[in-house]
Amino acid sequence: MNDIKTKFDITDIIEQRENLSFITIPKEHAISLVTYLRDVKGFKHLVLLTAADWLEDEEFQLTYLLNNPDEKSDLGVRVFISREDATMETAHHLWEQVATYQRELKEMFGIDFPGSPDVDKPFILEGWDDKPPYRRDFDTKQYSEDTYFPRPGRESNDPAEYMKKKLYPDEK
Amino acid sequence: MKEDFKKRTVISPEGKPIEIDPLKDYFSDAKPKVYKPAHPIIEKFANWARANSLWVLGFGTGCGAIEMRPLMTPRFDAYRYGIQWRPTPRQASVFVVSGYLSVKTLKRVVRTYEQMQNPKFVIALGSCTINGGMYWDSYNTINRLDHYMPVDVYIAGCMPRPESLLAGFDKLKTIITEGRGEGANTYAEKFDWYKANQKKVIKDWDMPDYNW
Amino acid sequence: MKNKLFKITEDRSQFPEKNADGKIDIDLSSHKYLKLWQGPQHPGITGNMALELTVLGDEVMHCETHVGYLHRGFEKLMERRKYIQCFPIVCRVAVPEPDFNEYCFASAMEELAGIEIPEMAKWLRTLVLEMSRLQSYLMWIGGQSGAFGSGIIGQWANYLRDLVLDRFEELTGGRIYHMYQLPGGVRGLLPDGFKERMEETLQTIEKFMGDIDKVMFNNAVFKKRSVGIGYIDPAWINKFGITGPNARAAGVAKDVRKDYPYLKYADLDFDAIVGKDSDIYTRADVRRKDLLLSIDLIRQIFAKMPEKGDIKAKTPNVLHWKVPKGETYSRAECTRGEYGYYMVSDGTEYPRRINVRGPSYTHAIALLEKMIINTNIADVAGLMVSLHTYPPEIER
Repeated sequence: MNDIKTKFDITDIIEQRENLSFITIPKEHAISLVTYLRDVKGFKHLVLLTAADWLEDEEFQLTYLLNNPDEKSDLGVRVFISREDATMETAHHLWEQVATYQRELKEMFGIDFPGSPDVDKPFILEGWDDKPPYRRDFDTKQYSEDTYFPRPGRESNDPAEYMKKKLYPDEK
Repeated sequence: MKEDFKKRTVISPEGKPIEIDPLKDYFSDAKPKVYKPAHPIIEKFANWARANSLWVLGFGTGCGAIEMRPLMTPRFDAYRYGIQWRPTPRQASVFVVSGYLSVKTLKRVVRTYEQMQNPKFVIALGSCTINGGMYWDSYNTINRLDHYMPVDVYIAGCMPRPESLLAGFDKLKTIITEGRGEGANTYAEKFDWYKANQKKVIKDWDMPDYNW
Repeated sequence: MKNKLFKITEDRSQFPEKNADGKIDIDLSSHKYLKLWQGPQHPGITGNMALELTVLGDEVMHCETHVGYLHRGFEKLMERRKYIQCFPIVCRVAVPEPDFNEYCFASAMEELAGIEIPEMAKWLRTLVLEMSRLQSYLMWIGGQSGAFGSGIIGQWANYLRDLVLDRFEELTGGRIYHMYQLPGGVRGLLPDGFKERMEETLQTIEKFMGDIDKVMFNNAVFKKRSVGIGYIDPAWINKFGITGPNARAAGVAKDVRKDYPYLKYADLDFDAIVGKDSDIYTRADVRRKDLLLSIDLIRQIFAKMPEKGDIKAKTPNVLHWKVPKGETYSRAECTRGEYGYYMVSDGTEYPRRINVRGPSYTHAIALLEKMIINTNIADVAGLMVSLHTYPPEIER
């Protein structure tokens, strides 16, 4: 970890548990850090690549979760990119499955990865014309009600309130 | 419209150019017809025969497909009721929609359903085909199957047990022998309504309207 | 193998030359190639997905996978449900083994909330996970032999799987979806006489496995169609993110149960099962041995687990359960490889983001598209089943 600290501009080091930590790095250096970790530090296995939407901060969080099979430890590299201009350098040359992850992120979050193969091809959805569905400001319930003919007579209780009413009526 | 359905000229292996119009040449351009029942005695006999040889299309559209395997195997053995699975829609008479349908699958389901021969029956399996079930607020799964194709039997539950599937097949048999299994005719009668519903949901309608 | 009766010489003169990057130019209008769809409505496909094959003769030249037929948007749905409300839907992510979803979700949440579950709950969770592995392998074995034309194994294996599902029903009340591993513990103790009935089931399975060994693994047809086909290079393991039996059959001892012992696996005595040849047959063999190992582990669990004990840790009121801010990743070894949940909490009652890592994500898309090149059309189904791909965990 100290090696990485001296070489790269990393912040927010969180040791979640013994063999899992998370670090944050600026967008520009992310891919070089990931490459460094893969080639030098032995984090050879990419567990997953995913994003989280921090709508309040106008940011997307990309997480490259890397695994070191020899030392049996994990490292999550977090990259924050702005929501307005959601583009990220592609990493498809590092692992074969990254192209698939990036295709999914492009479709589900609208994060672009220029240069990634087939990134603009629809992956899961077909003929989608709304906002990318995993963004926080997309309301799936509203969309479902508008589109899919909800069956009349079905009582759609908000499960939380309903549970409270049925199970814990005395609680406030 | 997809590239495949556009008019085009292709070169045959002999080197001759051939004009093809896929929508005309490969698909029917007539609406489905409503078939009037035959003489009651013949119809009754035909219905008895239909009810006792239900051939199910082997299309696992959702997670309900996992309970079809036990149904085909010795423990529950649906074959003893004349129910058997077929690999192609042309040979099948029953479409078991096993669970939730995403929009992408719905498109294939509609196509497959239309390719099946009359008379055809639909069993919808699981709560998610009735009103959305677990996925009632999902942006990608439909809420009511009966808006897109006529459904003969609904089997509730998540997931329905093989026994309830067998009960559902039993119910379908009763419906057919009583002459109420008119799904194909309903589809033909209300064809425009069904098509409008399907097109509302399937945003990129790039297939022919008549898939038979 | 030389065949004396029929002399088959391979004539590859009409096959196209490969480009420098290992790909070939495919010109569909040359009438040489045929585009063939396998799926979504196809008996030889696992789950509901599609392969768009371009074939020359009966050899696959190019393959494109199409997924998304089973997308329900779980990750979105979980964002608008409280943690406890996510619990009934997580098991629906993957049908053959819902328990791994429950475990990963529960353990990620417990880690963030700082809850340590009681010993007894740990034992019961280990038991349920192993039972789940057992029934999933039994389903797979039918698929694998079915893909190579032997339906009988599927009939037997499904009957055996039903027996395991009966035990599940006794323990949890559900056949397929169990919803047994609550955040904070499990829902119930073993019913009376469960161990004896489970032992009976295990003995039946063992007996049948001997038959399956004879009919499937020593069968000339199965061997001929599976040995030497579908080779995974050990060098691809990290490049493609291959895990589970697919990696172990290539000689890489990757087993989450051994590498990152969770629950009670540290107390159990076992070794990761490793193969050598990395073809379809070896992968099948690794899975068969894994199945037998599962049986052994269940026996060990019964021998070592305590009779009674607390099964649930004290948790806050589930309706107002605010999980502290943070993120974590929780993993388990399922039959197909490493199953994981990546959970981000923002300190509210609702999860900020949950990402499911299904092992098929890499196996069924990047790896399959590479492996399928130059295989016979008839072997495609067998190859797919031998990777044990399962689409719902790809698109969720």
